[in-house]
Amino acid sequence: MSNNSTHVASATHSDGHVHVHRDDYGAKLGMWLFLFTELLLFGGLFILYMAFRVEYIQQFQMAAKELKVYMGGINTIILLTSSLTMVLSIVALQRRNVKGSIFWLVTTITFALGFMVVKYFEWSDKFAHGIYPKGPALMEKSQGEIVFFGLYYTMTGLHGLHVMIGVGLLTAMLIQLKRKKVHPDRFVPLENAGLYWHLVDLIWIFLFPLFYLLH
Amino acid sequence: MADHTAVAGNGNYVDFYNYKGKYSGIFSWILSVDHKRIGLLYLFSMITFFLVGMTLGFFMRLELWSTGRDIMGPQTYNALFTLHGIIMIFLVIIPGIPAGFGNFFLPIQIGAEDVSFPKLNLTSWYLYTIGGLMAVVSLFIGGGPIDTGWTFYAPYSIRTGTEVILPLFAAFILGFSSILTGLNFVTTVHRLRAPGMSFFKMPLFVWSLYSTAWIQVIGTPVIGITIILVILERAFGIGVFDPALGGDPILFQHLFWIYSHPAVYIMILPAMGVVSEIIPTFCRKTIFGYGAIAMSSIAIAFVGTLVWGHHMFTSGMSDESRWIYSFLTFIVALPSGVKIFNWVATMHKASIKPETPFLYVMAFIFLFSIGGLTGLVLGALATDVHLHDTYFVVAHFHYVMFGGTIFIFFAGLHYWFPKMFGRMYNSKIANTALVLMVVGFNMLYFTFFILGYMGMPRRYYDYLPEFQGLHQFATVGSWVMITGILIMFANLFIALKKGKKAGANPWGGMTLEWTVPSPPPLLNFDKIPTVKYGPYEYEHYEEVVKGE
Amino acid sequence: MAEHVHNHDSHASDGKIAHAHDPRYGLNLMIWLILISLTVITVAVAGIDLGEYTLFVALLIAAIKSSFVINYFMHIKFDDLLFKIFLIFVILVLLVVFVLTGFDVFYR
Repeated sequence: MSNNSTHVASATHSDGHVHVHRDDYGAKLGMWLFLFTELLLFGGLFILYMAFRVEYIQQFQMAAKELKVYMGGINTIILLTSSLTMVLSIVALQRRNVKGSIFWLVTTITFALGFMVVKYFEWSDKFAHGIYPKGPALMEKSQGEIVFFGLYYTMTGLHGLHVMIGVGLLTAMLIQLKRKKVHPDRFVPLENAGLYWHLVDLIWIFLFPLFYLLH
Repeated sequence: MADHTAVAGNGNYVDFYNYKGKYSGIFSWILSVDHKRIGLLYLFSMITFFLVGMTLGFFMRLELWSTGRDIMGPQTYNALFTLHGIIMIFLVIIPGIPAGFGNFFLPIQIGAEDVSFPKLNLTSWYLYTIGGLMAVVSLFIGGGPIDTGWTFYAPYSIRTGTEVILPLFAAFILGFSSILTGLNFVTTVHRLRAPGMSFFKMPLFVWSLYSTAWIQVIGTPVIGITIILVILERAFGIGVFDPALGGDPILFQHLFWIYSHPAVYIMILPAMGVVSEIIPTFCRKTIFGYGAIAMSSIAIAFVGTLVWGHHMFTSGMSDESRWIYSFLTFIVALPSGVKIFNWVATMHKASIKPETPFLYVMAFIFLFSIGGLTGLVLGALATDVHLHDTYFVVAHFHYVMFGGTIFIFFAGLHYWFPKMFGRMYNSKIANTALVLMVVGFNMLYFTFFILGYMGMPRRYYDYLPEFQGLHQFATVGSWVMITGILIMFANLFIALKKGKKAGANPWGGMTLEWTVPSPPPLLNFDKIPTVKYGPYEYEHYEEVVKGE
Repeated sequence: MAEHVHNHDSHASDGKIAHAHDPRYGLNLMIWLILISLTVITVAVAGIDLGEYTLFVALLIAAIKSSFVINYFMHIKFDDLLFKIFLIFVILVLLVVFVLTGFDVFYR
């Protein structure tokens, strides 16, 4: 009869943790599954957008005139470029260039913060003009315009929250890189953080034309 | 070679309770990443919440004993049925079988040591507990306990002065817990099956958990965004659901039911998976139509994502969409029918051992069939117009969710009790409890079909005198049923300490959990098995269970 | 920066330890240029009145941009078939949900 406790002891670390086998494919699979949940989360908002755009098409077009296309455009370029620098960071790590990887990662984080700065100027400009939920100028407008801005703030706001979460994730990866927990022979965590970042970019790719280019 | 019939604790192996890890005492539980401990943590939390929800139902039935006020005012009654629904649905039935038995048995049934992401698994339980606590706290803050019904429809959920934001945020956290479990299970099934276990050699319980996990991943985020929107609507007045601002309450219903309908398949698919385990074991015969049952789980998961509009037939939706949803609703009944036919075919000419788990499954087949068929009555447009929002609907969903999922939750408890705890319970008492439950259940809920057909609306605090007799009969039924439930739990609780020791395979099952000791050791297996046969091939029983 | 890097490894097939296959900088730069161009096109097209087709064209370009991001930046083109199947399946479900909701919203 075998003694299970021997097997158990040999499979655990001295600190008592059960050994968890590394599975990079599984980690990536798990990350994609998480991304699917984000797709569905924003998907619900896009469904609302579709329904209300059909109902209020003229008022949507009127309301969209208040948005500044160039600011949306700049943010689109910022995010697309940050996606590039994210990939460059991963490629650098895979080519064993840790310094390069850190450089591109810092660049990505900088772009992300830049996005938030532009967003800050956009939103505060609107707020100053009284265009925000229950705001004085907005309440004077038609129902379709009220709903447009309700959706605008909700969707760009939730997206902005995800940008901030992304900044947090990428900063965590920066720390892991510096501590050599993430390195050329273990780069899946950085890839997974990259996947999250690209999702943030993807959502904006759709938000931009739907809100800023309505007319 | 391990002695797989070793009795727990005889020194031949260390079971997972006695494994001495880094932590001791309560910390060895709440900091554990062992899927078996996490499964038990869930089981005990869910049973506790079930008893709380049951108590709320008990008091609701007391209030409905006669017309007018009996023991509480209308505001309290509204809060009670809201809380009853929130607890039963979000804290008991949805996590239910996957988080409890799924966590404990999925890895073992596929021949793995644990799930793909053990730390994420523990995080799921933390989120579940935090969500539950938040829901409890919400009763005591702000404008008092939420009174919107568990469905928190706009615009009332936007307007009510009761505390809405916190319980909704609690539901959001619970949804996150569900998502992480689903993500974990999908990855685990793809990555950690033992050598030789192709998809079509997996136990049917695993198929059901896999299908359910996909619904958890795809569906739950939609209730997540719905919750966020209602919170934003209340806090900031964004206007999407509020008609006063140009919003559309029917869109709320769409987003709400896009999740909440698939949620009922999260509830029933794992239960059906358990049935597919219990029947072959007690018939000592391979399941009839394994492939069809496996595929029917996938089919139910997929088609079930498309029928949500059948909750909205009287809401003001377009005619075109209504007949599409009604048609799809009839389609989704088909794969469920496949399962029932195949289960019954398995029993045909089988040598049946009518042990306790099997009897609970028989009760399920009866109760779930009634529930399922009455779903078709509601799925037909013409009849639904009369029955929507009446007690008929309440009866239907109690038959499927309670008579369906919960009765199988009980069946699973009795089936896997010896494996989880290494002890047997008193089957006579368990069977007696079952009889009381079935009798009380039908007294309570069959009466609801009649009440609903007669026009009694749901969620009403008061009613017309002509309904009183039936209400009283139903309330008495609730007492009979609750007595049975309490006896059942007491019997199991006593067995935890005083039950006879159980061997590895008291029922003669063939799935992998019956090849390891009761309770299992920490890493489940001496050596990861190599799987040669399908899960219910009884002609190979000796080889699989006793070892080569 | 332009030389090939090949990583041969016997574990490569089981996926437990990931190995990069010839990661390049240049290809990604090109994808970025395509994305920027498509963005410029989207803005330009928005100025043209295409009536009912404006929305369709805008969404089509967005979808094309997305497929570049997903295939190349997110690497799914080079990943196992399972990932592609999963993604297509989820997108399909999302589309069907849109269509079903549309049957209500467009016909009211």
